[in-house]
Amino acid sequence: MDTARTSEFAHIGKSVIIKGELSGSEDLYVDGVVEGTIELHGNSLVVGPNGQVRANINAKGVVVQGKVEGNIRASERAELHKTAVITGDIVTRRIAIEEGAYFKGKVDIQKEAATVAPPVVAKPELKVEAKAPAAAASAAGAGMIKNSGN
Amino acid sequence: MASVTHSFMKLFRTSSPDSGTKPVPAASRLARRSSGLAELSRLLKSGDPLCVLDVGYTSAANIRYLTELGHKTYSEDLLDASTDPALLTQNEQGQRVLDSKRFLADNLVYPAAQFDIVLCWNLADYMDESLVKPVVGRFWSVIKPGGMLLAFFHTREAGPDAPCYRYHIVGSDSLEMQHIEARKGLRKGPGGPGHAAPTGGFRLQRVFNNRHIETLFRDFTSIKFFLTRDNIREVLVVR
Repeated sequence: MDTARTSEFAHIGKSVIIKGELSGSEDLYVDGVVEGTIELHGNSLVVGPNGQVRANINAKGVVVQGKVEGNIRASERAELHKTAVITGDIVTRRIAIEEGAYFKGKVDIQKEAATVAPPVVAKPELKVEAKAPAAAASAAGAGMIKNSGN
Repeated sequence: MASVTHSFMKLFRTSSPDSGTKPVPAASRLARRSSGLAELSRLLKSGDPLCVLDVGYTSAANIRYLTELGHKTYSEDLLDASTDPALLTQNEQGQRVLDSKRFLADNLVYPAAQFDIVLCWNLADYMDESLVKPVVGRFWSVIKPGGMLLAFFHTREAGPDAPCYRYHIVGSDSLEMQHIEARKGLRKGPGGPGHAAPTGGFRLQRVFNNRHIETLFRDFTSIKFFLTRDNIREVLVVR
C-alpha cells in the first residue's frame, strides 16, 4: 500500500490519541496512538511508522509499519514491514513479512477466509509471502511467493 | 556445570575483540546443511498440522516455510528479550544478574504441552548463563510428550568470537545463516557484562561439551547429536 493509495484513507495523525472502540466502513491510516479495538470489516488498516496501536484489530487487510500490541485478524492479508514491531497473534489468509520486522506471537494461516476476494499480488519490496497451504503450490508458480537473497 | 561454564565465560570475556572468526556482513547469507533439520523434517512433513515455536530472531523465511506446510507458527526472539535492562537485578553478593523469574513471567508464557517442535537454534550459547537452565526447564513444560527440540552448540574450536547467526529454513535439510546485528530502536541494551559483542551482535557466552548438554536436557526422554564440519554440534532432543 503506497503513499498514493493511503492518501485516500481516513487518517489519524501522529498527534492524535484515541481510546475506545474504533469502527468504520472505509480504509484507515493510523499514525497516532489507538488503544481499545479496531473493527474495519471489509476495509483495510495501515499502521504508519509513527503509529502505536494497543488493540485487537479486525480488518480485511492490515499493513503494519509501526507498533502493534494486540491480536490481528486480517480476513485477506497482513503485511509486516521492516519497521514493524508486533506483539500478538495474527490470523489471516496471506501474510508478507519484510526482513527486519519484529514479531512475537502466533501466525495462523487460514485456508478459508470469511470474505471472498481475488488474490492479492505481492509487492516487490516485500521479502516473503506465505499463504494458505492448500493454494501454496499454484501460487508459487504465479509469482505469489517471493524471497529475496538478503 | 556452572563452575565449568563460568571458567569458559571468563576466558571468553578477556579475549581480544579482534581475534577469532569474523562474521560475514549482515546482508549476506551462508548456506548450511543441517542433519538435525533433516531428521526434524520427517515430522514436519508428516502431514499432521503441528504447533511450532521458533525462539530465534524473527525469520520471515521460517514463518513462510512452516505455514506453507500447514503448521501453526509461534515466533519469540528470546535472545533479544534477554537484553531488556528491566531484567537486571542484584544477587545476595551485590552482583548484577538477570532476574530469571521475571524473564519467564514475560516470555515463553504458553500452556503446558503446547508445542510439537521448538526451534531453539544457538540460543543457549549466547544467552546469559543465569537464564539457560530456567529456559530449558520451560521448554520441557511447553513441549508435548514426544515433541522435539532442535538446538545448536558450538564446539571449543569455534573460538570465543564465533559470530551469532540467525537461521533461515530454506529446505528440508538446508539452512541459511545470517549474522545478527542489534535491532535499531528495539534492543534496549545489553543484559549483562559480556552479553554483547563489540561488533554490536551477541557474544558467545560459553561452550557446552556433550556431558553438559546431556545434563542440560536430562529431563527429556532422548538426545541425539549430529557432528558437523563447522564447529557446531546439532542436537535433537525428544521430550
